[in-house]
Amino acid sequence: MAQAPLYWRRTPQVVTPTKWPEKLLQLLSLPLLMFIFLPMVALFVRTPPESLLLNLQTPQVVEAVALSFGTTWITVIIAVILGTPVGYLLARYDFKMRRLFDTLLDLPLVLPPAVAGVSLLMAFGRRGMLGGYLDFLGIDIAFTQFAVILAQTFVAAPFYVKAAILGFSTIEPELEQAAALDGAGHLQVFRFITIPLSWSALLSGMVMTWARALGEFGATIIFAGNYPGRTQTMPLAIYLGFELDLDVALTLAVILVGLSFAILMIVKGFLRNEVPQG
Amino acid sequence: MADIPPSKRVTVMVLLRKLINILAPPAYQPAPVPIRSRGRRRKIAIILFLVLLTALTVGCGAQPQAETTSTKPVTITVFAAASLTEAFTEIGHNFEAAQPDVKVIFNFAGSQQLAHQLSQGAPADVFASANTAQMQTAIEAGRVTDNAAQTFVHNRLVVIYPADNPAGLVTLQDLSKPGLRLILAAADVPVGRYSQQFLDKAAQDPAFEADFKDGLLTNVVSYEQSVKAVLTKVALGEGDAGIVYNSDVTADIADQVSRIDIPDDLNTIATYPIAVVSDTESPNPSQNFVAYVLSPAGQDVLAKFGFTGVP
Repeated sequence: MAQAPLYWRRTPQVVTPTKWPEKLLQLLSLPLLMFIFLPMVALFVRTPPESLLLNLQTPQVVEAVALSFGTTWITVIIAVILGTPVGYLLARYDFKMRRLFDTLLDLPLVLPPAVAGVSLLMAFGRRGMLGGYLDFLGIDIAFTQFAVILAQTFVAAPFYVKAAILGFSTIEPELEQAAALDGAGHLQVFRFITIPLSWSALLSGMVMTWARALGEFGATIIFAGNYPGRTQTMPLAIYLGFELDLDVALTLAVILVGLSFAILMIVKGFLRNEVPQG
Repeated sequence: MADIPPSKRVTVMVLLRKLINILAPPAYQPAPVPIRSRGRRRKIAIILFLVLLTALTVGCGAQPQAETTSTKPVTITVFAAASLTEAFTEIGHNFEAAQPDVKVIFNFAGSQQLAHQLSQGAPADVFASANTAQMQTAIEAGRVTDNAAQTFVHNRLVVIYPADNPAGLVTLQDLSKPGLRLILAAADVPVGRYSQQFLDKAAQDPAFEADFKDGLLTNVVSYEQSVKAVLTKVALGEGDAGIVYNSDVTADIADQVSRIDIPDDLNTIATYPIAVVSDTESPNPSQNFVAYVLSPAGQDVLAKFGFTGVP
């Protein structure tokens, strides 16, 4: 794709032959966009800046924010370490179990998170399938931050793997073969050819995983429980705050919306600048 | 635009599509699978899918259809505290049997959640709360008339632990033993509030050590959002002990959990108020349901499930 003639890049409007369908499409897009936009605005309108600043200092809010950020980045790292080989395997090789593996990765995306929470409890809980062995080894998972991370990884890691599959499969295998012919080892090919060519997809997969982990609620409350500062992440604090202290819930909701939006915007802008050279 | 030859235009489209795929990856789309005998397989897959879908639709749809008879029953919606789940389900069946023209639908959840739903305008006909505070929330929101609520049952707290007693719990004092994993309900859940009152009373009691309350609170591993969540997690053995209502230890779960009674002077007797929601569309059947709960027939069922009736 790098061999494309240079002049097309200077004319980004090539796909829109005339002007009026764009205007029409913008008009047709308006209802859905407004439907998503309005509740977000309502959230900000309902939370005046001064009460936001005041609530930001509540220990419950501080703890929930710290816990959410402390756990989600670990989740992303785990997803990258464990997910990259899976993504490469599924992108490059065709084998008997391929579709099974691929469908297995779809499950956490389509199942209600509550199902994830119950299944995790059945597997890793104290009386769960592996619980006895873990107990024997002195490993305690339930009601710890590790449980929070497990719940997030279960639900969010497939987003990274799916993006990685897509990223890897857009690379021409010939490029990797050429590097190998020139004497590069497997790791060198992966490090200098595969990753640089797919990193934008990998990065957006990481961001999706991070965002999904940040919003994880159902699996966490069932598997990790709810203890402020230990397992009470922002979504849990929002849910319980809705019943106890609406201001806390609103503050956390505003933080969550604001940060998610900002980070997604930044990453998208970043990718837009980087990709056309690829 | 005009200077791009038609043959190149296709390349541009393909490139753009690739670019879009990278910028906004359709994350759910599996990688391309080599084409085999796709046509036939796809046909079989579609047929299987449709058969499954039809079976599910028919299977689920058939039941309500069979039930609806020629007379159209009035439906009333009862918002009831989670702790009432078993007792009210049975009362509901009995009530429907006694009054065939009325159908009762329950919404069981933490009382605090129900009170909030009511305040936000959720349609309901009857509200049965596990404490007066959450009924008060509904009254303040204007959904229940001030003097409409009446106490229909009492409940008491009880400490439960998994049947094999992993923490070796014997007395109430053991609850502050270091390393025990205690599960309580959150402070806004009625049973959570009652549990805190028990702790305050125990802290004043000479039979308990001065640091009993602090020791116990450091043992808490989770504050659950409903009494049933506490019960399930203790029954699963995830926690070593929990505080729930006497009525929660039903026959279903009695072989999975054991109990330690909390003496009367430390126990907080939970008061359950019930009321017809002021803007109900079917006041008569709703009023009848409340009367049925208060009647000997209703009280017997509640007693069967471990509640203490109103004198």
